[in-house]
Amino acid sequence: MTRHSLRFSLGLLIAGLLALPTWAQFRVEVSGVGLTQVPIAFAPLRGEEASPQKIATIVQADLERSGQFRGITAGAVIDETQRPDMTVMRQKGADALLTGSISRMSDGRYDVRVRLWDTVRGQDLGAISYTVSTGDLRLASHRIADFVYEKLTGDKGVFSTRIAYVTKSGTRFNLWVSDSDGENAQSALASPEPIISPSWSPTGGQLAYVSFESRKPVVYVHDVSTGKRRVVANFRGSNSAPSWSPDGRSLAVTLSREGGSQLFLIDANGGEPRRLTQSAGIDTEPVFSPDGTAIYFVSDRGGAPQIYRMPASGGPANRVTFNGTYNISPALSPDGRWLTYISRVGGAFKLQVMDISSGNVASITDSNRDERPSFAPNSRLIVYATIQDGREALMTTTLDGRIKARLSGQGGDLREPNWGPFSKALP
Amino acid sequence: MKKLLLLLSLAAVLSGCASGVKLDDVQVDDRSGGASSQMGGSNGLNARNLGAMEGIKQGPVGVDHIIYFDLDSYTVKAEYQNVLEAHARFLRADRNRRVNLEGHTDERGGSEYNLALGQKRSESVRRALSVLGVPEAQMEAVSFGKEKPVAQGSDEAAFAQNRRAALNYQ
Repeated sequence: MTRHSLRFSLGLLIAGLLALPTWAQFRVEVSGVGLTQVPIAFAPLRGEEASPQKIATIVQADLERSGQFRGITAGAVIDETQRPDMTVMRQKGADALLTGSISRMSDGRYDVRVRLWDTVRGQDLGAISYTVSTGDLRLASHRIADFVYEKLTGDKGVFSTRIAYVTKSGTRFNLWVSDSDGENAQSALASPEPIISPSWSPTGGQLAYVSFESRKPVVYVHDVSTGKRRVVANFRGSNSAPSWSPDGRSLAVTLSREGGSQLFLIDANGGEPRRLTQSAGIDTEPVFSPDGTAIYFVSDRGGAPQIYRMPASGGPANRVTFNGTYNISPALSPDGRWLTYISRVGGAFKLQVMDISSGNVASITDSNRDERPSFAPNSRLIVYATIQDGREALMTTTLDGRIKARLSGQGGDLREPNWGPFSKALP
Repeated sequence: MKKLLLLLSLAAVLSGCASGVKLDDVQVDDRSGGASSQMGGSNGLNARNLGAMEGIKQGPVGVDHIIYFDLDSYTVKAEYQNVLEAHARFLRADRNRRVNLEGHTDERGGSEYNLALGQKRSESVRRALSVLGVPEAQMEAVSFGKEKPVAQGSDEAAFAQNRRAALNYQ
């Protein structure tokens, strides 16, 4: 083959890859210099060639998406029982190394074992193992990524948490619950009418959302494990923007039952709502502060939509955003330090991150149709919707905007993400 | 043009029903304290879809059913006065008829804020009809926000067709 034709076929191959986005599980963009990332080497697990899921690849992708790790290929297979040659790993530039094995058991399940090494100190940082069915291999991989993340950063990992989002494909709408990388999505609801504003309950067992299936916006609460759901707010007019109180007992919602869009508090089981705001204009998109004492929301009471803060029981509201004339969709970090929201800048809608204590705001995206941000439960990442290559897509970003990754997911347009809480039970 | 759009939107609604797409098989337990009249308590979801299909009933013949709004405007333009008077006469003549006033916006901005803006449009139509003597009990103002554009595209021509309120008779 001549050099020219080799280049040509490589070009075709690359074009083929681009035409098949499902091949690319994720894409991580790194921008900026001076990033401190832990270089970590991944050895392919012993027995991985026979596994339906490439465990080490999933773990590496998770850790890279966090922005705090840079993956290095270890080369040879090293399992969890072997002591690796630290000198070789240090020469590759790795400060840490993950080794392990996967084997299929007689009952069809898989035994996954990994060990983490500090290659600088030559120290064993611990091992972890999971016995799982084929369907739970991805979850086991995410839990391994959480284990590595926690060992090396001291913070809890969020890779085994879940994200809810909505797809629009033709005239079909689907509400999905997926892994934090967008994979392994399960449909919670399919509808010929729009679904918006999914919101996880504090324990992750339920999703509140707005469905238009009865030709008007109605708030539902959906039990994720059983698929059972109930109408929580279906009053005269529009019912929308559900947001859970941190104790999971009530929901702040936007209702137009008394004219205009105003905030109400309603029991999570339904019942008579209590009005929280009394403005002549629009009050919507309520979110509780993590301690439950305050509600942040959007109001146009000052003439343009801005974010305000008021006591959770209602009362005087203080304006929180001051830049620009259109600030919407607030979300608070679980650690209470950060506020993210969308700001219209010129004709563009841009993701913002505010340090609440100082009030300093950073615009952290290059895109211009950003929507509906929410924080990962460890407060280190934000998921948001935007337009990528002409399609509605979901992205994650670090709070400084330096590391962004596009989540994979179902075909069609992906929108309305909401990042779920830490899961309680380990399998 | 507007009649064509109405026909198209009706066709869209009908074809949506004819496709027989069902929601996932999930039970709904309606614990809402103040369910509106069109929601049948714990009726199955399919029944609600059927209800929507039966709901495509004629309003006043030969009268526009869609009202368009200017950019960032939520007030009904004077040119629609005759249209609203025709709807008001129709509703006053038969107190059993119900109309859903459905507000919409263009695609720019967030889903929830646009839902609130669409609500402003539908309530503006509701107030105008109320002034013309239509009892509140015959009207429900709701919003679809930016979720149901009639015109695709991200140009002003599409935006202008999507900034609207539709009168849908039950």
